[in-house]
Amino acid sequence: MNSASGCSRLEAEVARIIGGIGTSHIPAIGLAMAKNQYRDPYWKPFFDAYQPVRAWLGETRPTVAVVVYNDHGLNFFLDKMPTFAVGAATEYCNADEGWGLPTQRPFPGNAAMSWHLIEQLAAADFDLTTCQEMFVDHGFVVPMQLLWPDAPSWPVRTIPIHVNTVQHPLPSPARCLKFGEVLGRAIESWPANERVVVLGTGGLSHQLDGRRAGFINKPFDLYCLEKIVHEPELLARYSIRDLIEFAGTQGPELIQWLIMRGALGADVRKLESNYHVPISNTGSGLLLLEKAA
Amino acid sequence: MPQTRKTPTFQPLANSREIWGTTIFDGCAARRGYALNKMCFSFNEAANREAFRQDEDAYCRKYGLDLEQREAVRSRNVLAMIAAGGNIYYLAKLAGIFGLNVQDVGAQQTGVSVDEFRERLLAAGG
Repeated sequence: MNSASGCSRLEAEVARIIGGIGTSHIPAIGLAMAKNQYRDPYWKPFFDAYQPVRAWLGETRPTVAVVVYNDHGLNFFLDKMPTFAVGAATEYCNADEGWGLPTQRPFPGNAAMSWHLIEQLAAADFDLTTCQEMFVDHGFVVPMQLLWPDAPSWPVRTIPIHVNTVQHPLPSPARCLKFGEVLGRAIESWPANERVVVLGTGGLSHQLDGRRAGFINKPFDLYCLEKIVHEPELLARYSIRDLIEFAGTQGPELIQWLIMRGALGADVRKLESNYHVPISNTGSGLLLLEKAA
Repeated sequence: MPQTRKTPTFQPLANSREIWGTTIFDGCAARRGYALNKMCFSFNEAANREAFRQDEDAYCRKYGLDLEQREAVRSRNVLAMIAAGGNIYYLAKLAGIFGLNVQDVGAQQTGVSVDEFRERLLAAGG
């Protein structure tokens, strides 16, 4: 059948979100991978939980990964700290963070798609910092290594989105869920035939600093892992201070998961969920959500 | 009577009390700790880590650390660094020079041995 208008062709050429992944990003994971400790009794259950997620990625073959993370003092210092920063480069380099994590090969970007997302987010009143050069730290790199450990070259082009979780005040969970909703619509209005996976990285409960260091809250982490699937608005009610009390000073990294969740829209299916504690000082969550077609 | 399953719920707290043992890195801390954190940020470069190792106090002075901050660095006291405005993400780079990982730092701040600190973390999974 002949399509006179060509509409069907155009409709096909729109990016589609296939799913979202929530994952820890702590440096200890990167160090364990560098030392090839996949079978070490401490690490094996943690790494094994990623097998079905990797299998899903192998089947669905995303072409773009939007990676929501927080920089921990590699690209941004306290002289200038953006609340939301979007990478708009053709390539992102990793670099020395100071404490021995091996530097990884560069990650390919998708600058044209980045600018589309930036335009759409700004049109919805999100004020962004745009980055045509941007180092990506372990918050971005460790999840990429975890998800594609054996790839001879990175099989996806990437769009890094940094969220400030270093210098308070931080953006609220409600704001981040909303950001994710707009981000999702922006991705799915990009006129190119891309299959997109959104990564929300960081968390879950952990506290590195102060006399309360080592604080982990397993019941709260499990509550978040459950509720984020179909009732993320329950988690969006918290203040940042609430998240610190419930999940430690680094617990607010949950806001990156909320951006991922917001991007997927209302209808999702949970394919995998795993919680492992402790990994280093952290309650480590893993979640794979498929966007309903 | 129908049985009710008890699942924990976590209602928003809506309070502003201080959280025990916890410093929120706000504008006040950021101003207090700027010099210290800026020095730590420089440790992303190997040459700067080496320069610090060569002469710690000279390196601290170059970055304008005050007496309290210099003393905190000299004594490797992480709680004192935080009290002087240090942010843990930047302090981690300094701790790396001292050969301390986040569990060593956790043990030091909580006043227990590293083994005891690890035991506490393992207990969180129980």
